[in-house]
Amino acid sequence: METEALKAIAAGLAIGLGAIGPALGEGIIASKAMEAIGRNPEASSKITPVMFVTMAITESTGIYALVIALIILFG
Amino acid sequence: MELEISIAPDVLFYIGSFPMTNSLLWSLFISAFLISIAFLVRFSLKTIPGTLQNCAEILVEEGFSFVRSVIGTEEKAKKVFPLFATLFLFILAANVFTYVPGQSAVTLYNEGGAGTPLFRAALADYSMVLVLTLISVFVVQIVAVMMHGPFGYLGKFLNFQSPLKFFLGLMNIVGELAKVLSLSFRLFGNIFAGEVLGAVILFLVPFIAPLPFMFLGVMTAIVQAFVFSTLTLVFITLASEIEADELVEQASM
Repeated sequence: METEALKAIAAGLAIGLGAIGPALGEGIIASKAMEAIGRNPEASSKITPVMFVTMAITESTGIYALVIALIILFG
Repeated sequence: MELEISIAPDVLFYIGSFPMTNSLLWSLFISAFLISIAFLVRFSLKTIPGTLQNCAEILVEEGFSFVRSVIGTEEKAKKVFPLFATLFLFILAANVFTYVPGQSAVTLYNEGGAGTPLFRAALADYSMVLVLTLISVFVVQIVAVMMHGPFGYLGKFLNFQSPLKFFLGLMNIVGELAKVLSLSFRLFGNIFAGEVLGAVILFLVPFIAPLPFMFLGVMTAIVQAFVFSTLTLVFITLASEIEADELVEQASM
């Protein structure tokens, strides 16, 4: 196979496989936050910013995969 | 139209042998903007604040109370707050300014007719992000050395009491080094991915379709600024805490 084709496959695999974990993680965070807000609606203003921060941290493994994919494609 | 995406920023011109890239120019512009706002607020302080002074006061007060609630004591918070606020404001300004309409259209043409855009998101350049990360990681190391003393700090990594502790100490070294990578990749990846996503969507569907992605981008811009500075703050807090057994050790000395 040509290098270009291999690069495209590699980038696709990198981001595709790398997105699985963070997607599950963010789903769990969101569902837990919803549960917490459902139990205690007054605390929603405290829960929401913390939820965003933890989501951003969870997302970072996905972002690593994305960076690798972008480096493969454009680097 | 060709899709132009590059990881390295474009060089605009050279000062001596020093390459002036478009993201460096952009970051200098943002620094100048923030500094001038700071001076403007400083020299027009009034007892009855205007809009600008009100905004500045809200930022400082809320930021300080947040830092205090994370780090614990007022005294430590006063030392850490300037770094935290600078990182937050700089990253926020650098990210949000990329959404000013029209700035990406300003292009510099050379004799050959090839154009380079004059502005580029400052944090979509890995060297800029790496420098910010190195600042925060070095501050964390300095705080740790100040709190534990040079030998106490080294003892965290080189521990000869048992093979397991020796191995865990080595793992700590890897953990400290990984901080540089994880902090910088998180910020760089988010911003650069936002730029690439925006460019690709604009290339595919020029109207209306990019809007939700722009909204996501603005949200990422604010959240990432907060995450980067908060993580720095948390690392500093962890480094500045003396563990209970160390306290006993210091008291018995």
